[in-house]
Amino acid sequence: MSIFYSLLAITVLILIPIVGVGGLGWRYLFGVIIPYAAFGLFIIGIIYRILLWAKVPVPFKITTTCGQQKSLPWIKNSKLEAPPNSFWTAMRMSSEVLFFRSLFRNSKAQLKPGPKLVYGSGILLWLGAICFHYSFLVILIRHFRFFIGPTSKFIEIVSGLDSFFQIGLPILYITDLVILIALTYLLLRRFLSPQLKYISLAADYFPLFLLLCIALSGTTMRYFTRIDIVAVKELGMGLAGFHPVIPDNLSLMFFIHIFLVSSLIAYFPFSKLMHMGGIFLSPTRNMANDNRKRRHINPWNPKVEVHTYEEYEDEFREVMKNAGLPLEKEE
Amino acid sequence: MAKDKIAKPEELADGINYTPPKKDWFDPKVEFVRGRYNYASTPSGLEYLGLPNPRKWQPDQEDWKLPKDWQKIVLKGFKERLAKFRSFKIFMDICVRCGACADKCHFFLGSGDPKNMPVLRAELLRSVYRNDFTAFGRVLGKLAGGRELTVDVLKEWFYYFYQCTECRRCSVFCPYGIDTAEITMMARELLSLIGCTIDWITTPLANCYRTGNHLGIQPHGFKDSIEFALDDLYDLTGLKIEAPINKKGAEILFIVPSADYFANPHYFGFLGYLALFHEIGLDYTFSTYASEGGNFGLFHSHDMAKRLNAKMYAEAKRLKVKWLLGGECGHMWRVVHQYMDTMNGPADFLEEPISPITGTKFENAKSTKMVHICEFTSDLIYHNKIKLDPNRNNHWRVTFHDSCNPARGMGLLEEPRYILRSVCNNFYEMPEDTIREKTFCCGSGAGLGTDENLEMRLRGGFPRANAVKYVHDKHDVNLLTCICAIDKATLPALMDYWVPGVEVGAIHELVGNALVMEGEKRDTDFRGNRFIGPPEAQPKEGKENV
Repeated sequence: MSIFYSLLAITVLILIPIVGVGGLGWRYLFGVIIPYAAFGLFIIGIIYRILLWAKVPVPFKITTTCGQQKSLPWIKNSKLEAPPNSFWTAMRMSSEVLFFRSLFRNSKAQLKPGPKLVYGSGILLWLGAICFHYSFLVILIRHFRFFIGPTSKFIEIVSGLDSFFQIGLPILYITDLVILIALTYLLLRRFLSPQLKYISLAADYFPLFLLLCIALSGTTMRYFTRIDIVAVKELGMGLAGFHPVIPDNLSLMFFIHIFLVSSLIAYFPFSKLMHMGGIFLSPTRNMANDNRKRRHINPWNPKVEVHTYEEYEDEFREVMKNAGLPLEKEE
Repeated sequence: MAKDKIAKPEELADGINYTPPKKDWFDPKVEFVRGRYNYASTPSGLEYLGLPNPRKWQPDQEDWKLPKDWQKIVLKGFKERLAKFRSFKIFMDICVRCGACADKCHFFLGSGDPKNMPVLRAELLRSVYRNDFTAFGRVLGKLAGGRELTVDVLKEWFYYFYQCTECRRCSVFCPYGIDTAEITMMARELLSLIGCTIDWITTPLANCYRTGNHLGIQPHGFKDSIEFALDDLYDLTGLKIEAPINKKGAEILFIVPSADYFANPHYFGFLGYLALFHEIGLDYTFSTYASEGGNFGLFHSHDMAKRLNAKMYAEAKRLKVKWLLGGECGHMWRVVHQYMDTMNGPADFLEEPISPITGTKFENAKSTKMVHICEFTSDLIYHNKIKLDPNRNNHWRVTFHDSCNPARGMGLLEEPRYILRSVCNNFYEMPEDTIREKTFCCGSGAGLGTDENLEMRLRGGFPRANAVKYVHDKHDVNLLTCICAIDKATLPALMDYWVPGVEVGAIHELVGNALVMEGEKRDTDFRGNRFIGPPEAQPKEGKENV
């Protein structure tokens, strides 16, 4: 059912620009107004979500330690896995954000006759995730050439590396291929692994379908239908400079592409895609394991009822006296 | 009791299937099968603690006698906690259901029940969160993964959140550090708002609140236990040893989990502490008021954890000690390391801990002012302050089980290993995926170690037991050491079931065995096993049966 509804949603999203641009000719709406609105929603949504998270206090320092604590000087502290201070906490978070450190640990448990539990490699998930995210980043950077004037050195270098193998014409960007493979893998595992299928919701399929359609429409334009780059750049620079113009020779495929991208960025702040922001605020990863060295303050530390020693002694004075235990008050 | 109904180990393992059913998981209906859940709280404990909605009920009954507005109470509690705990809010929002955690949970690995996959355990709460607290959920309902909070959903929460031992193994593997322990803690707080708690947690709580320890041992009983242990030590070593209780002005207040002085095999470790402190001439005291290191409050609510934990600092202040030393215990150390200072600090009336024997400053504990016994003892050994004869443990072939909380909530991994390597000659590690930060829970933590829950415990403990079996088969390991009172209480039953022939012991039991004491006369370990001496003194056949 989740798969069906996600596919349905994607179909509708593709049909909208087909009808809107192809049928009704609302090119300005789809080329300017919707992208602006989506971008606005994206920025405001992200800020809103982050503020919503940030305003919730962190009452306890609940670091998950994945290595040796810093204790005695002659015991080697695993600084990255049980960070002793804020610097190493930052390093730990960088390793999560840049290299998906925790996902890298992934293993796969299998129950063999015996019974014998064995733990094999689960590295594919990490590989799929890293390939997708880095391809996405490179593609995003490459796209900046549509929005800024003379292309920057940085984008040139990134694009140059990305087309390192110089295959095909137009030259193949490696990331275009990698992102399609990675997305297909991430989607297939949700279809094929019974466990994954069981836990997957529409909210898991939908973004994958959406990203896949964005990548497919983009690569189609680059490699097959040959989009007019000059026209795209004209639109992009117009949008970026707030002097939007709609060039004539933009294909329907381009409008589908840009509408799906608009959908993605508008959907982004209100979905699980916000995991990107969440990781920076995750209390098990963004705090040092220096609990006993530096006191953490809970801003709402509640007053609770306790059983005081005086009450305790009052109740047990007689037996304590008989047992010869020292007392605060004799009577 | 459920014990007689449990299948043989091979049959039980044969029945484990990791492939979930075809149908989706949204139907909350659970069947309360005997052996897989814990009995409900009896009213007396809840009443004593002033906790809400005490009543007589049991989970397998149709009518849970919920208060009329239970749904409102739970949703209000949900909302409050979303505003008070960033962890909770974030963990509700950012899961991408990548499935990395799915096969990391010992309860899933031992039961195959898909709702024991950490991601789904969290989804049980998340579905209600989406339904009631997110825009998508309010509009799209089930399509957005939302579920209404019904009685059946509540029962499902009870079943599965008392089938999580808060061991945090999944949080090691989660790319966002989502910690199911945190989610379970919130769910249990919500359940406790309407009195849906389990007796094995709330009765010890009431005992601990009143008498200072979970077992309800009164001050004179505590003194008797200590004296009993001292008599035993006299019989074993010929030494007259003292152990001060409620002594004002002692340098150190020593707090252990109550099982240490009352249960086997904890007790042998307790003898180890007493022998060690005597040998080094430590100026310390026990307390009857703070005679419990463990804190079942953590398994109930943050408030309850605070109410019990308050006794440690209060007693340290009353007795005017300089700092605190804590025994071998798992969740006690989660509380001491990650909560105590925040909840009941600052401990500005204490001094920064310095070992009176070695002069070592425990810099890592300078604010909380409480030191773990393994930190203390490994420091003694490193500085050659005690004489050890590891040959005295030659009848043991030892492995070490990292207890969840010291491993993943503290990072105490090397200290116990350093001690073990110094006090015994035959130490073997279990496979890499099952130790240190990846250690598997005993399956009985977080208040689930009851007899009525035995089948679930044996299932949850299966991955741990299976790793022990590996070293038992390969290296003839016959002793599983650990530093957690719940481990020591529940691993023996787990070993008997899955790996017969492996006993369970404390690190400080082996320390006590190996400790060469001035003036001692002894030829047995604390269990009465004869020391077999160095390898050359052993019979050629080798394998000693203990």
